[in-house]
Amino acid sequence: SLPSSRRSEAKAGRTDLIFLIRFRHCCLLRNQRCLLAYLYDRLLRIRALRWEYGSVLPNAIQFHMSAEEVEWFNRYKKSLATYMRSVGGEEGLDLTQDIKPPKSLYIEVRCLRDHGEFEVDDGTTILLKKNSQHFLPRWKCEHLIRQGVLEHVLS
Amino acid sequence: MAEAYFPVGPGLGTEENFLSLDDILMSQEKLPGRAESALPRLAVLLGQGAGSAESIPEGSKLEMPLWLAKGLHDSKRRIISVELPKIYKEAWRTVFSADANVVDLHKMGPYYYGFGSQLLNFENPENPEIAQSILQASI
Repeated sequence: SLPSSRRSEAKAGRTDLIFLIRFRHCCLLRNQRCLLAYLYDRLLRIRALRWEYGSVLPNAIQFHMSAEEVEWFNRYKKSLATYMRSVGGEEGLDLTQDIKPPKSLYIEVRCLRDHGEFEVDDGTTILLKKNSQHFLPRWKCEHLIRQGVLEHVLS
Repeated sequence: MAEAYFPVGPGLGTEENFLSLDDILMSQEKLPGRAESALPRLAVLLGQGAGSAESIPEGSKLEMPLWLAKGLHDSKRRIISVELPKIYKEAWRTVFSADANVVDLHKMGPYYYGFGSQLLNFENPENPEIAQSILQASI
């Protein structure tokens, strides 16, 4: 054990230490909070991506996601798909379509940039070239409209 | 994207939401206070000092972010005590009660309501008046 002079030194130091320990603890908690909030916010945005881009994310976006986030996205996708299948009878209900009530089944769209070939229901393909206009079923176009490839033309 | 993104909102009353980015920014705002005991090396830690390892003597004035004030504060006031920022004091409260529309709240501090609600965490005899005042100002 320490001699008495050393012991009183140690005791005097202790009240200082209380403050420093508490201060350091506050800083650690603060850093932890900031990190957790940042990571959680990323997840909220990644979840929104499923509704924005559909089940396949563009490479440019995946590039910025960590492996764990990609894993999370896949699990969310699966969860959502399971849920949608369980709703609305035999085939399930695709909730990511028609988020706003549609005015008609087919819509006139103009192509804003070259997107290549696009397959339509009866098997024929359409070439989506910049500025070309097409009359297509709404449900096929929604994702492309949200991504800015097609533009809904109001007649 | 904007349609499906729902960030965590700020907390209600005296509670913050841990994951709310708004609350995190709000709790970064600074509070005036004073040291209730000698605090070693605090000047360096708070970024207010020149960088030597001296301690700040008891009684000196401090400015610290809300999150630190909440962390170091206790009812016995052993480490720090917290003062009301000017904007919540008596004089300003009467201005708000006269007409809150007149005051440019943004100049006074960007998180007037949230921050004001947080102040109620530190026991202060003026708390009921502060709560009244920020409530009235927002109506």
